[in-house]
Amino acid sequence: MTTSLTQSLSFSGTDYVLSLPMLLLTLFALGILMIDLILPKQWKQANAFVALAGIGFSAIAVVKLHLAYWIAEQQGLGVKNVGFMGTLLVDRYALYFFYLFLLGAAVAILMSIHYLEVEHENHGEFYALLLFSVVGMMCMAAGYDIVLLFIGLELMAISTYVLVGFLRRDKRSNEAALKYLLLGAFSSGIFAYGLSLFYGLSGSTNVGVIAQKLQENLAARPHDPVVILALLATATGLLFKIAAVPFHQWAPDAYEGAPTSVTGFMSVAVKAAGWAMLLRIFLWGLFPLRPMYVPLLIFVSIATMTGGNLAAITQNNLKRLLAYSSIAHVGYMLLGLIASDGQTNSTGIMAILVYLLVYTFMNLGAFAVITSLRRRNVIGDEIDDIAGLYFKAPTEAILMLVFLLSLAGIPPLAGFWGKYFIFLSLIQTGHYTLAAIGVLYSVVALYYYMRIVNAMLMRQPVEAAPVHTSPAMRLALTITAAGTVIIGLFPNAMISAANWSLGLAQGSQHMAALLR
Amino acid sequence: MYSHILSIILFTPLVGAILLMFVTRENKDAIRWIGNIFGFLGFAVSLPLVPWFWALKDRAGFQFVEGAPNNWISTIGAGYVIGIDGISFLLITLTTLLGAISILSSWTAIQERVKEYYVWFLVLQTGMLGVFMANDMFLFFVFWEAMLVPMYLLIGIWGGPRKLYAAIKFFLYTLFGSVLMLLGILFLYFHHHTLTGIYTFYLPDLYATAPKIGGHAAIWLFFAFFVGFAIKVPMFPFHTWLPDAHVEAPTAGSVILAGVLLKMGTYGLIRFSLPFFPAVSMTPWVRQFMVVLSLIGIIYGALVSLMQKDMKKLVAYSSVSHLGFCTLGIFALSPLGLSGSVIQQINHGISTGALFLIVGILYERRHTREIAEYGGISNVMPVYATITLIMFMSSMGLPLLNGFVGEFTILQGTFMENKVWAAWAVPGVILAAAYLLWLYQRVFFGSVQNPKNAKLTDLTGRELATFVPLVILAFAIGLYPQPLFQILATPVNNLVATVRPDYPGLNKPVVAAQPAVNANPDAATPLPEPPKAPAMQTAPASGDTNQTGVAGRVERRFSAASAPSSSGESRASSPAALATKNTPPLVPVKTAQANLAPSPAAGGK
Repeated sequence: MTTSLTQSLSFSGTDYVLSLPMLLLTLFALGILMIDLILPKQWKQANAFVALAGIGFSAIAVVKLHLAYWIAEQQGLGVKNVGFMGTLLVDRYALYFFYLFLLGAAVAILMSIHYLEVEHENHGEFYALLLFSVVGMMCMAAGYDIVLLFIGLELMAISTYVLVGFLRRDKRSNEAALKYLLLGAFSSGIFAYGLSLFYGLSGSTNVGVIAQKLQENLAARPHDPVVILALLATATGLLFKIAAVPFHQWAPDAYEGAPTSVTGFMSVAVKAAGWAMLLRIFLWGLFPLRPMYVPLLIFVSIATMTGGNLAAITQNNLKRLLAYSSIAHVGYMLLGLIASDGQTNSTGIMAILVYLLVYTFMNLGAFAVITSLRRRNVIGDEIDDIAGLYFKAPTEAILMLVFLLSLAGIPPLAGFWGKYFIFLSLIQTGHYTLAAIGVLYSVVALYYYMRIVNAMLMRQPVEAAPVHTSPAMRLALTITAAGTVIIGLFPNAMISAANWSLGLAQGSQHMAALLR
Repeated sequence: MYSHILSIILFTPLVGAILLMFVTRENKDAIRWIGNIFGFLGFAVSLPLVPWFWALKDRAGFQFVEGAPNNWISTIGAGYVIGIDGISFLLITLTTLLGAISILSSWTAIQERVKEYYVWFLVLQTGMLGVFMANDMFLFFVFWEAMLVPMYLLIGIWGGPRKLYAAIKFFLYTLFGSVLMLLGILFLYFHHHTLTGIYTFYLPDLYATAPKIGGHAAIWLFFAFFVGFAIKVPMFPFHTWLPDAHVEAPTAGSVILAGVLLKMGTYGLIRFSLPFFPAVSMTPWVRQFMVVLSLIGIIYGALVSLMQKDMKKLVAYSSVSHLGFCTLGIFALSPLGLSGSVIQQINHGISTGALFLIVGILYERRHTREIAEYGGISNVMPVYATITLIMFMSSMGLPLLNGFVGEFTILQGTFMENKVWAAWAVPGVILAAAYLLWLYQRVFFGSVQNPKNAKLTDLTGRELATFVPLVILAFAIGLYPQPLFQILATPVNNLVATVRPDYPGLNKPVVAAQPAVNANPDAATPLPEPPKAPAMQTAPASGDTNQTGVAGRVERRFSAASAPSSSGESRASSPAALATKNTPPLVPVKTAQANLAPSPAAGGK
């Protein structure tokens, strides 16, 4: 890995190859916007397939980058992974997230096809915005420059604001979008303020240089108030994006109001992008400040687990319940960052990556089931709407059971692995109290997941409308369920993938990327 | 077949469950037949294990081992390794038998959602068998947790009026215990890595390193595991989920719950808590604490039973009392107490399982379990009354029936350790006679007062078939319990030798250190009697000098084999010990480690 800031100010082949996944997505997104104009109304589904094709091509580009790594590893060579004058860093860490975003977006599109028709909002912009937001996410995962990171964040956020308010006729959707927009813009402002302070402190926008300068600064002035202010502002922006308590207030409203497939997408891909950026900034750029931010994270983590889990207990709206549960999951993931610094111990970081992947499968799966409850005249997101689901759609009910048990962390389902590695990292680093708090909250979590199971399997249906699942939805359910079960039973490949993306050689405890 | 017998036993029910998924749900009779065939098949495939295991009963360590460490999830060191010793052998046989019986008993009781019922029941069966077979901590944990789901659904879907409450309470309580246990397991796993540089969940490897944890950490860990198991048993302060779950569960669910699920707790204490933390188990205050909890359970459970108006609740609370005897036997920490405890677990499975079936039969006919609703049932259902009487006698511990053997052995073992403990346990036996006989009197004797009871039909052939094996077993164990003691002798003696290396007067020499003992127990020289057997003693030394966990497997075998010689010279020169050194081990060395590993504590006195 070579951070070559001395590159000449011109584009090269490397830049092109590195940004190809994003370029392809952008092209397809623009294409959708144009095709949509000429498509007759009954053919609007074609937009979805164009979007899926775009994701497919982008995935091929990612695989090519992946292969380049693989070949270089075989031959013991380095890889040119820095592009655009040091602003773009497509390392293995970024590739892992690329796959994750593409997967989340693909499943979300499959979930949306029928859903948008039912909602009478089947417009091409939906898919274009979805693809744009993925481009933004990729910039967040691969950005090695605070400017690019911020641009990526805004591209993703603005696309998501529109997606949340996509149901124009629905008051809840409009309200959610407005709330999300206001709070999101506010937090982006604070975040930008923090970043600008770091720029002022280090004189560079490059993440690596910031880390270097901070190290020097810290040696000279250990308790510089400007550094603390910058850290607090940056952390606020980041924690807002992953919806950690006390910056979580937007999440339940936005999740409840957004179109259900967008809610699913937000809870996995958007959140994963927030995590990708958070880890990139905390572990790369702000690594010297680790002693300062860990106490902050401990507080936030406990507050997040408490707030998320306790609030979820009383919810009667499925989307709101899952919103609070996803807040709680962020709390567990933060434990991994507290336990591991990537230098002496990397299990926690690897746990976060594993967690995000399994969470993509199980949470999207749960939202897919909820999406399929949406019929004409039935909103289908209250617990009563899912009551007796087993009698109407046994397959969906059993799949939902699998997703919920996985979310609760019952082995041998995928969700268990996220928690397993988080708790392992805490035990390894001696954080026994935090581990105990974490596992006890996972018992609380079981209660509200089982409330849904109780309603699905043990109560009679409240409303009789039959459940219809489109072929695309069935495909989405198959992908997510297969992922949840197969990863749960045979997690070897996933663990190796997460290890690989962090540059953890067999048995090594360090993240190679940090040792540059 | 021989080498894969355990996998066959483990997965037969699961195969049945998968087959059932392909039957249409309307075809109820076909579903019932397939369910019953696989229920019976599950029992039938476990029968060959009886003679096969009998031939190997004197061997130390796990038998019929399948799989290898780390062969499942190599990146974290978890493996699909299953194997059994005498204790798990008995519990597995009990599980397959009770599974077949409960499935048979559900033929008419379950009329709704029949297909799911049999599917979940068979899945549950696999989960429970897996818990008793796993030789890998991770595999164990997976089965332990996964098994909760089908049980939760059985209670929640086919249960009584308060089923939702009971089901979620059961799930939450057990999960609470098991997540703490997970942290304990992870600690042991990491500790093993610190000592040896290897990440593994392989049980015999952990046996070697876990006892090396000392100080406060060991006590915390002991209690992390203890809470997990105590909730399952359930021991006194953790028992409140049990009456709810039992009362609301369908009959077959109660039979399995009482017969098998509760045994997982006691099994866990024997299999994990004692050998992992021998020093903590022998710490006087810990032991006293456990015994006091057991005694409270015995007396409290019996007293609460005495005043129940609901038959099922009465039987449920009697379980608390009986399981108190089992934990008392475990923490008596003597060969007699432990053997008695395991035998009592089997007996409790047989007799309490039968009691739940008995209650279920009346409930199916009258749809009430209120004792006051009945009276004079022996006039209308004579066969039923006879079987009930036998099972009541067995449950209260009447000589010549199975219950007596277990309780007596436990009391004997406890008495030898501490007379006061035994004295407090005895009222439990008397109270058991009181609540059962009083129940019998109120339900069966007298004349039929309630006109609704006048036309009750006696047992059908199918119902009778569910009781016959249990009655036969009750008499068989009561009249000739010797085979059970023989099967348990090796594992129990090894366990006691692990926890208390200086324990005097074991029935046969401590063979813990030897991988394969095929010597006749009678031929071996018994230990010389030490001057006096201390009733209560402090923990043996936790330190260890002549064994390092890092040592290679083969070296460990020999270094451990010499361990006993430091505590008693005669032991090393016993024929058994000498014979072993020259005989090539009949079992793979890995399996033999199970017992030799924890022996380092030798020489503590």
